[in-house]
Amino acid sequence: MKRQKTLETNANNGNLFDLLSEEIVFTILDFIDTNPLDRKSFSLVCKSFYIIESKHRKNLTPLRQEHLPRILNRYPHVNHLDLSLCPRINDNSLNVISNTCKDSLNSIDLSKSRFFSYNGLMSLALNCKNLVSIDLSNATELRDSAAAAVAEAKNLERLWLGRCKLITDMGIGCIAVGCKKLRLISLKWCISVSDLGVGLIAVKCKEIRSLDLSYLPITNKCLPSILKLQHLEDIVLEGCFGIDDDSLAALKHGCQSMKALDISSCQHISHVGLSSLISGAGSLQQLTLAYACPVTLALANSLNRLSMLQSVKLDGCAVTSAGLTAIGNWCISLSELSLSKCLGVTDEGLSSLVTKNKDLKKLDITCCRKITGVSIAYITNSCTNLTSLRMESCTLVPSEAFVLIGQRCQFLEELDLTDNEIDDEGLKSISRCSNLSSLKLGICLNISDEGLSHVGMKCTKLTELDLYRSAGISDMGIIAISRGCPGLEMINMSYCIDITDRSLLSLSKCSRLNTFESRGCPLITSLGLAAIAVGCRQLIKLDIKKCHNIGDAAMLPLAHFSQNLRQITVSYSSVTDLGLLALASISCLQSMTVLHLKGLTPSGLAAAVLACGGLTKVKLHLYFKSLLPQPLFEHLEARGCVFEWRDKEFQAELDPKCYKFQWEDIAQ
Amino acid sequence: MEPNDRLSLDAWANPSSSCNGLPRKMSLENPSFTNFNLQQQEQKWDDTSILNYGIRIEPPFLEFNQASESEYLLSSTCNNQPKVLDQEDGLNNEALQTSKSLDWDPRTMLNNLSFLEQKIHHLQDLVHLIVGRKGQALGGHDQLVTQQQQLITADLTSIIVQLISTAGSLLPSVKHKLSTGPPNGQLGELLFPPLAGMNCVPQPQHGSGSVAVQPQCVTGSKVSDQCNQMDVTGSFGTEQNLSIEEHEMKEEEDADEGENLPPGSYDILQLEKEEILAPHTHFCTICGKGFKRDANLRMHMRGHGDEYKTPAALAKPNKESSSEPVIIKRYSCPFAGCKRNKDHKKFQPLKTILCVKNHYKRTHCDKSYICSRCNTKKFSVMADLKTHEKHCGKDKWLCSCGTTFSRKDKLFGHIALFQGHTPAIPLEETKGPSVSCDKMDGNEASNKSGNINFSFGSNAGSGAQNIIEVKEDGDDPASYFSPLSFDTCNFGGFHEFPRPTFDDSESSFSFLEAP
Repeated sequence: MKRQKTLETNANNGNLFDLLSEEIVFTILDFIDTNPLDRKSFSLVCKSFYIIESKHRKNLTPLRQEHLPRILNRYPHVNHLDLSLCPRINDNSLNVISNTCKDSLNSIDLSKSRFFSYNGLMSLALNCKNLVSIDLSNATELRDSAAAAVAEAKNLERLWLGRCKLITDMGIGCIAVGCKKLRLISLKWCISVSDLGVGLIAVKCKEIRSLDLSYLPITNKCLPSILKLQHLEDIVLEGCFGIDDDSLAALKHGCQSMKALDISSCQHISHVGLSSLISGAGSLQQLTLAYACPVTLALANSLNRLSMLQSVKLDGCAVTSAGLTAIGNWCISLSELSLSKCLGVTDEGLSSLVTKNKDLKKLDITCCRKITGVSIAYITNSCTNLTSLRMESCTLVPSEAFVLIGQRCQFLEELDLTDNEIDDEGLKSISRCSNLSSLKLGICLNISDEGLSHVGMKCTKLTELDLYRSAGISDMGIIAISRGCPGLEMINMSYCIDITDRSLLSLSKCSRLNTFESRGCPLITSLGLAAIAVGCRQLIKLDIKKCHNIGDAAMLPLAHFSQNLRQITVSYSSVTDLGLLALASISCLQSMTVLHLKGLTPSGLAAAVLACGGLTKVKLHLYFKSLLPQPLFEHLEARGCVFEWRDKEFQAELDPKCYKFQWEDIAQ
Repeated sequence: MEPNDRLSLDAWANPSSSCNGLPRKMSLENPSFTNFNLQQQEQKWDDTSILNYGIRIEPPFLEFNQASESEYLLSSTCNNQPKVLDQEDGLNNEALQTSKSLDWDPRTMLNNLSFLEQKIHHLQDLVHLIVGRKGQALGGHDQLVTQQQQLITADLTSIIVQLISTAGSLLPSVKHKLSTGPPNGQLGELLFPPLAGMNCVPQPQHGSGSVAVQPQCVTGSKVSDQCNQMDVTGSFGTEQNLSIEEHEMKEEEDADEGENLPPGSYDILQLEKEEILAPHTHFCTICGKGFKRDANLRMHMRGHGDEYKTPAALAKPNKESSSEPVIIKRYSCPFAGCKRNKDHKKFQPLKTILCVKNHYKRTHCDKSYICSRCNTKKFSVMADLKTHEKHCGKDKWLCSCGTTFSRKDKLFGHIALFQGHTPAIPLEETKGPSVSCDKMDGNEASNKSGNINFSFGSNAGSGAQNIIEVKEDGDDPASYFSPLSFDTCNFGGFHEFPRPTFDDSESSFSFLEAP
């Protein structure tokens, strides 16, 4: 805000900007790219600023397709168009885009959009010759004809087709022949594509760097041609159940240029297949084996020639201590290791691994329930450069261990301690990590305001704080955080039942807040939320489920000020028709969860959902389905809105202390 | 004369003319041969022989037939008469066949036999000539001799085939009188000696007696030139071997394209149309039944007596000429002007008899087999139809170059091989989305207009122009729904409307148009 003011004063006083060339102003504008509101303010200063800003803008993320013609005329130099916020993009819109942007457009994201067909894509491909990147993920209705249209974009380098389930080998074949310059293609979940299509991609597109073949019904037949690709660096074979050891054993040599390999969930690949796949891939840096073969000594030994290996992800694998030790012996330059949800991780294996890899930057030991303070001691002792430590639900780790983390790993930026025994002492120690930006303390029942105050005082860079069901936290802690961490962007204090409006009033000073979750905080009222609405203009996600004291009084300021709000959950609150209709005027609003609102009538709901043109998802109680006319839903569905029906009974809130025990029962 | 007879005469007339054509063509190639041989022959044929033979031969045959009509019988081993008939008579047209099977006409038989006699006489003269010439010029004319041999072979083969079909026409009538008269071995023998020679099976029971009885000189001509007989044997032997591998040989005709034998290094044989179209090439010497394969014939022969059950009789006949240098044989198509005809400038011979058959049927015959599935594809070779029917109606994988493939992997192999070829997306599929997109446009327009005024007219026919035409979107925010002015009372009556499908956009808005 300060920067913005100075800009304005400068301009008013001496027309300093008239002296600056356009390029210099562009450079200045480059620096205020972080906050969209700042740019908006800039453009509203005067006509020349308006024009400069229009010329400068390269990226555009429109909300509605109706405005496309005008905004594209305003911003003639846009080269990246992100339409992921437009649920509805029809062929006409694509025609407008292609005729307005022409050759300047080189990237378009249609991953969340629907309702366009091959006609629009054809127009795009023919008019925008410089199109380099297209994201068509989730276009589940597109067929081969659409793929053939994409194939007309001859300069295409990056293409995402995730979940395009109806596109078959024929369409992929067209793309392979048409887009010779492809460097990246993602075919994840394109379940109609088989060996033939993938093989043709490998034969025709020699420039491929990155290939995502997750969950394709491919077998070994296409692998030889893929591995012959000269530049292939990143290949994802997640969930390719058709590939097995026998077929991999036939491979003469792996791909030399390969840097990242992902064979997660490939149940039929064991260490034998893996070693033939990575033979010759001496420059492999990243290996992901999540939910795949057991990590045994044999598997670890197959990694012995990968001297460049930096990242190993073994999430969900069965792990032996010998395997971990061997990995520690063979791979000594690891910077990232993920053992999340691995069964069989013990103090012995983990400690011998971490003592060898002193440069470890990221460690994920989520749900390694067997490890104790011993492991933490080893980790903190050797890996002092850790920037990310995720250790959710390491239940055997005692509270003293967390003190060690704060003492030794002071470069931590991300720390996930959800569901741990950490107490205020530990928090106090952790507050030494002055770079901490993300701290998750959900279901930590032993922490209180005192510990959190330390964090608030010292961790000034904190942007993300999760206090979900940490019932010991009350207003004092939150106030300390909001004072000490002005850059806070995300806070979750659901089920911290002692929170009152005081916390919200102080949090309203955190102007960057975009995610606010306060489920089940019965003490907060409309007043507090109104303060948040006024103070936190960038609010995107709001969850006030089960905040019984929040009503329409909060919705009106919210509708007025939080024009960026996209997602709201108002279930079990006191919001009525009026509040909901007010919310409907927020043009960004896409997702709405409206369950068990006593004051909501069917007609009010109908009016609200009809008025809110940008809605893509509405969660409603099944009760309304019979009360509202079917054509209404059909109309809304045609607009791009999806209805989800819930049939849950009204639930009374559990005691927060009980919650954990109940949850543990389920886990066991 | 009965129409049936006329037909049968026609059927016989063709061979006679083409038989004449053969020596003529041969002679054109070899003028020396014409000088001493053909002139005489033609002269004889053209001047008097036809008339003479016709008049002179007819009476005795008529007598013979009439006399022996009641005595006609075949030996009891003949047990497949009706079948034999059906299979053998493919040479003649269908009308003839049916008429014969219903009622045997001695006059037809007479015509056939008199014609045969003509042919045999003609052949006899030819052989006489050769014998005479052999004495004059010893050696030096090897090539000429070979050609003469070929000529005689071709003629003989044609005679044999015709004789057999004539004999076959007797069978049903014989069957009727099977029990009436005493067995007449002579007649059976009379009919079959040529077959014995053809199949090279030693037939001791057809002794000299049969030769003596024979009124015509079939045996005579056979005996007069042993070389001819050898030739026949050789060529049929080849065919027997080949016909076993019939299915593998289908592509043979195309496969031999690349073969480059220097002209003159092989013998050229030219079968006549009728021989080519004859359904059977192996015939039982006892009952006359025809077979496509000699193995089948040998199986059949077992039924005729124990002597055919010996390992020697059942064994595959060896090529007798294996010790001698094998003369390569190639075949010429009888169709003048065909590239496979030996008179063609760029003559390319056919390798085997099977090639000849398939080539002739495919190129010069009507395509009478129609695919029952698509009703468009026609074939002249049954095997081709069957091959087609295997794949007809299945998904066609189409390349942008227009080539279709029955298998997707073949298409992709093709595309991987060639630059610039892409898979071609079927047309129906490209139509689908454009329709739905049109409907969406309808929805779109309705979203933007007010509560009541829905106009779908503007969207009519916009589907085709979607690519180029950009519709003016109603951008005016005033036309959006105003949330507070929304008349909620309207919803009351909505339940009465039937539930339309989602696709049907017009009806989905009908509720808003309700008064």
